[in-house]
Amino acid sequence: MSRFSETLIAVTLAVAAAGTLADGRYTGVGRPALPAEIRAWDIDVRPDFKGLRPGSGSVAQGEETWEAKCTSCHGSFGESNEVHTPLIGGTTRDDIRTGHVLSLVKGDAPQRTAIMKVATVSTLFDYINRAMPLTAPKSLTNDEVFGLLAYLLNQAEIVPADFVLSDRNIADVQARMPNRKGMSTDHGLWPGAAAAQGGIGNGGKPDVKNSACMSRCKSEVQVASLLPGYAETAHGNLAEQNRPVGPVRGKDTGGKAATEARAAAPSDNAAATKLAADSGCMACHGVAGKIVGPGYNDVAAKYKGQADAEARLAAKLKAGGQGVWGSLPMPPQNQLKDDDIRRLVRWILSGAKAQ
Amino acid sequence: MADWPTRRGQVRPAPEHFLTDADIAAVNDGRRDFLRTALITASAAVAAPAVARAADGDPHILTLPPWTTSLGQPVAARPYGLPSQYEKGLQRRVSPGLTRMPQVSVAFTPLQGLFGIITPSGLHFERHHQGWSDIDPSRHRLMVHGTDDGFVRQPKVYTVDDILRLPPVSRLHFIECGANTGMEWGNVAVPTVQYSHGMLSCSEFTGVPLRLILEDCGVDWKKARYVLAEGADGASMTRTIPIELVQSDEVLVAYGQNGEMLRPENGYPLRLVVPGVQGVSWVKWLRRIEVGDKPWATKDEAIHYIDLLPDGQHRQYTSTQECKSVITTPSGGQILLDKGFYNVSGLAWSGRGKVKRVDVSTDGGVNWRPARVDGPVNSKCLTRFNIDWLWDGKPAILQSRAMDDTGYVQPSYGQLRAVRGTKSIYHNNAIQSWKVAESGEVSNVQVL
Repeated sequence: MSRFSETLIAVTLAVAAAGTLADGRYTGVGRPALPAEIRAWDIDVRPDFKGLRPGSGSVAQGEETWEAKCTSCHGSFGESNEVHTPLIGGTTRDDIRTGHVLSLVKGDAPQRTAIMKVATVSTLFDYINRAMPLTAPKSLTNDEVFGLLAYLLNQAEIVPADFVLSDRNIADVQARMPNRKGMSTDHGLWPGAAAAQGGIGNGGKPDVKNSACMSRCKSEVQVASLLPGYAETAHGNLAEQNRPVGPVRGKDTGGKAATEARAAAPSDNAAATKLAADSGCMACHGVAGKIVGPGYNDVAAKYKGQADAEARLAAKLKAGGQGVWGSLPMPPQNQLKDDDIRRLVRWILSGAKAQ
Repeated sequence: MADWPTRRGQVRPAPEHFLTDADIAAVNDGRRDFLRTALITASAAVAAPAVARAADGDPHILTLPPWTTSLGQPVAARPYGLPSQYEKGLQRRVSPGLTRMPQVSVAFTPLQGLFGIITPSGLHFERHHQGWSDIDPSRHRLMVHGTDDGFVRQPKVYTVDDILRLPPVSRLHFIECGANTGMEWGNVAVPTVQYSHGMLSCSEFTGVPLRLILEDCGVDWKKARYVLAEGADGASMTRTIPIELVQSDEVLVAYGQNGEMLRPENGYPLRLVVPGVQGVSWVKWLRRIEVGDKPWATKDEAIHYIDLLPDGQHRQYTSTQECKSVITTPSGGQILLDKGFYNVSGLAWSGRGKVKRVDVSTDGGVNWRPARVDGPVNSKCLTRFNIDWLWDGKPAILQSRAMDDTGYVQPSYGQLRAVRGTKSIYHNNAIQSWKVAESGEVSNVQVL
């Protein structure tokens, strides 16, 4: 072996050593997380209340917060069905005693409220804290979350009206949750270790068994359900949801008038209505009447006759605002282009007509 | 016109989608040449001179079209390419009345018009819990830490720069919402495969195995049992993931989708990829991974994504998407143009591994034939199947039935309901049936 190749081998070995990972670590990639950073993001609360920060809130305090920040979507008592499925309802004092919601067994409730389903009170705290209100998540204080949860639990008659919920007594509330024994993990749909190995479920064993029969598999074909007539037309014109070439076409379920209406060029108002819907405005604003924020007709009335209305409203859209219509802030709409903001503002001030 | 060839592979003027109720009634009355009648009517309206010469040959051949007789458009006229204007029918669509608010909703993939196994990124289904945002990647962070000291030796923060420096893998996987086909548990509810099965997509995902990132933080595999994944959206959506899946190297911190970065609607700049598991666990806009020893019972695993059984109990932590298949062509809401040859095509997948076999029935499940399965077949990935079918013009019921490499066979509605009732919402993997009427109309039906 020549001296040249010996050098080459030595160099190669050195490069290889430098290229391997020290103890599975990627040198120079990432940095240590600071305790304050972890504290800022690690807000989850487990069923054993690991992660719950000390605090408290009364039913009365919760009611006040509820009226200010929650009723627009959930109704005064968590019972509203207008924006979301009701949170409260369908549970009884007997359910609180047994830990099983009887109406789930009987199947007689018109729909399943959140309190009928949830087994763990920690879930409610964690979710309200991280995601509510929908338009301003993470704006509630720790004590406000305790208060809101106390109010909801009182609505479900789990705690009395003078109750003060805190990190110290929340475990007692857990023992009164109406569906606390309503969850089963005895199934094969958990992809990790089975319960017997310290995980969840039965280790992936399916609950139904079909066979791959190939001929004369049954004596009759039993059609149990057909598409209801209303369902065929509820999804628009199926002819327009398929390709115009190929072995098949979509069925025309739109009717001629509908097709012609769609073909007509959209008016400025229709385009602005669509822009408002697409930009998420209509989640909080109605045309007539308050949802979370004020109705557009109310906005138009407020600015009526003011020379600088257009500029002022455009600035409000762009930067957001709070206090004019109530305490719930409107987030800044940075995603909108200036042109679109102008179109929306003109449309709002001109009465927010659909066509 | 009467001499137009009708055999497969030959030129036959395709009627546009103008099958009106009157046309269908005409078929039902026994007048079977309605297509030709309609064609003549339509052609006469738009291209009367061409029709006049039709006896001499196809006017689309004899009269050269503008694109053959003019200069086309320049390169980069559309710097980010778009589909043809004629493909605009194939879009993500919502099911009216399904959800209460468009930010907390679903848009379905148009499976009825897609080929192969890859879902174009712009047609990938959408499911958001609190709206989507286009996140500035330079301001996005991924934090990894433990529930207590000891689960990881060094909690860390990674920028998107950091994640893109790490050694990646690219893998093909399906993603299916746990509630896909959920509207159909009790009865037929929606007209087309877009709405019945369209919370299903499949992409090549590129990312870093989460195992490598946890090891970079010095994870203690002996103590770790679960990880919590959390998004950076308003919902800060969280789900519990089993540590065994992370250790298997399957779980990815992904940034790539079909060769480009993830789309904002699909989690830009980082999302978790959890192959075989329902979409809600593929946390989008991923900002935090917590390593712990107990599941978290978050809202989307304690109030939603729980399966109601007939005895009133809910199954919790149901995650795996079991073996399932569906015929996409022909499918509900479509119309067969004529008798004769058809290629029946569909998709099969399993959250437990590879699709081993797909059988197709045209008589409602009495007799079955094995379909051609196009390879290579990937684990926890969509698999395309095809089978020849000669339609004799008589009523038929088309079904597909998949089997995976664990030997599990996709169940019938009757079998599934016998165990789980009709109110489960989630994890409906029953055999789908499409009824073909004499008129050629295909509609959604359920066979027990």
